[in-house]
Amino acid sequence: MSIFVDGNTKVVYQGLTGNQGSFHGLRNRAYGTKVVAGTSPKKAGTDVEGVPIFATVKDAVAETGATASCIFIPAPGVAGAVMEAAEGGIEFIVVITEGVPAHDEARFYNDLKNNYPDVSLLGPNCPGIITPGECNIGITPGEIALAGGPVGIVSRSGTLTYQALYEMTRQGIGQTTCVGIGGDPVPGTSFIDCLSRFQADPDTKAIIMIGEIGGSAEEEAAEYIKANVTKPIVSYIAGVTAPPGKKMGHAGAIISGGKGTAAAKTEALEDAGARVAANPVEIGPLMAEVVAGLG
Amino acid sequence: MALLEYQGKQLFARYGIPVSPGAAAVTVDEAVAAAEQAGYPVVIKAQVRVGGRGKAGGIKIADNADEARQYAGDIIGMDIKGHLVDVVWVEHASDIAAEYYASFTLDRAAKKYFGMLSAQGGVEIETVAESDPDAIAKIHIDPVIGLTEEQAKAWIAAAKLDPAADAGALEVLMKLYTAYVDGDCDLAEINPLILTPEGKVHALDAKVTLDENAQYRHPEWAEYEASQDLDEREQLAKSKGLNYIGLDGTVGIIGNGAGLVMSTLDVVNQVGGTPANFLDVGGGAGADLLANAVEVINSDPNVKAIFVNIFGGITKCDEVANGIVEALARVDVRSPIVIRLDGTNAEEGRAIIKAHESDMLISQPTMLDAAQRVVQLAGA
Repeated sequence: MSIFVDGNTKVVYQGLTGNQGSFHGLRNRAYGTKVVAGTSPKKAGTDVEGVPIFATVKDAVAETGATASCIFIPAPGVAGAVMEAAEGGIEFIVVITEGVPAHDEARFYNDLKNNYPDVSLLGPNCPGIITPGECNIGITPGEIALAGGPVGIVSRSGTLTYQALYEMTRQGIGQTTCVGIGGDPVPGTSFIDCLSRFQADPDTKAIIMIGEIGGSAEEEAAEYIKANVTKPIVSYIAGVTAPPGKKMGHAGAIISGGKGTAAAKTEALEDAGARVAANPVEIGPLMAEVVAGLG
Repeated sequence: MALLEYQGKQLFARYGIPVSPGAAAVTVDEAVAAAEQAGYPVVIKAQVRVGGRGKAGGIKIADNADEARQYAGDIIGMDIKGHLVDVVWVEHASDIAAEYYASFTLDRAAKKYFGMLSAQGGVEIETVAESDPDAIAKIHIDPVIGLTEEQAKAWIAAAKLDPAADAGALEVLMKLYTAYVDGDCDLAEINPLILTPEGKVHALDAKVTLDENAQYRHPEWAEYEASQDLDEREQLAKSKGLNYIGLDGTVGIIGNGAGLVMSTLDVVNQVGGTPANFLDVGGGAGADLLANAVEVINSDPNVKAIFVNIFGGITKCDEVANGIVEALARVDVRSPIVIRLDGTNAEEGRAIIKAHESDMLISQPTMLDAAQRVVQLAGA
């Protein structure tokens, strides 16, 4: 089992004809993802190495039955692309694009919530999602993942996600699904959305949760874990030494007014029973211990 | 991107929010001319991005040209908590009947816009939040629907302003909301928002932070670039298009991915070192980018050793290794580089480094080993 996506998920790539879109879309296809369509208003009727291009998401869905979309459109076009996907009948939208204005994100997040409550959005500014051996949507290097579980991974950071996948795989510990929720201020999918799905997924036996400074998503997740999650959690929070008031690479990674520090997040997660690694290297051995104890 | 007060006021004025007549000045003569234009008494205010300007002597009221000349001379060039005053804002001094607070920002937890309004203005809102939390009226606004007049009226009533201010406050808040949204602000704050004895409501200060991701649709922001508080290292990094933040330590840091770089700073700190910077070269970094990164770090006189921490995903470790080798050939690097390569093509990358290994280029197998080595080198 897995969360959000599996081997049957059919994906349309918005921006498949661009550099990034074609590179990663074809890489995802080579991994085994069902890459069924691309969209481009100007290149409809053509194909990218055999993947048919449609003018709109609606056309692509009608022809191919795609249920997921992956957006590689430059930042100014992302808001329009997200709403086009929802209107076109897509259920799961992944936005890889970095640099989307916060007001755009706030608007399309609420527009989806108000008018398309059954649609899930992942990102923007995220590496995507991988269910190893079945489906890889986005830019995660699939070869560092190992199919079969028992660990589910959710993270705000791309490279730290890869690091965690790599550590698990190196120790022979498989992953059910690995979700990169992204580093922006208004992520479409939250830690809690992923934690609730991992809790409900019988194949996920333990969870890695990687957070960073800024906002209060980790604290909210800690509250949720206390009340709802019985599976063991290993966590790590980046940015212990980050100075206040600076955006540390991610638009959402900023300590403001003394809020959003790594110390407060670590404390909340420890209080909720999670084991918090002191650095990303420690995630591997800590999770190996947890997995060994699962019996 | 944080604006100076006068830039914030100019932005407010573009959206029709009443501000006092005034002008920015960089010389004493300009300040006196601005004072004559605004009409005495005037307030001369240091333009720096730091609180406590008044207490530091950076805000003065002048009743005539002699005083304006003297105070402007005192304030221009003043150092306020490490911020040098280059610019003063000179405006007509207002009579104040009451001071309020108003702001819009994003509530990341609720994923909605968040407005705060208080009858206790002129002090930091965090202080009010602690001493008298009920004195702050708060609202959430659905970004799709926007702020309605009905909602704003109820909000003003909840804040219990002087009834004489209600109509003026409504106008200011509706305009401030438009400025916040259309202006792509992360924060639009007026503190104090004042009521004058004549019953007018207007902005006496402006604190505005802009969302840099929206820069592409705001060509007018180009003028703010020049006034950002960047040190020499940050200016060099910016000119080379690098994502760099200067810090005070001795270990230069280069990594790929914001999360990994943040954690690299943390690990260096854990093993007893102090990071000199945050520098994220992002995905797929090649030789040029790495050479630029090394050059910027090398320009920092405090740096004693450099830590290159790469986890290859899309980025290939052999390409990074080649980039570092090329950077060493191009840049005269003062400090030893410790490099950790893991992930995609790590073995190939390590082999390249090994062929060039010396006292100035050292490869380490893990992040922790590399951190310990680099901190040791920085201390030596």
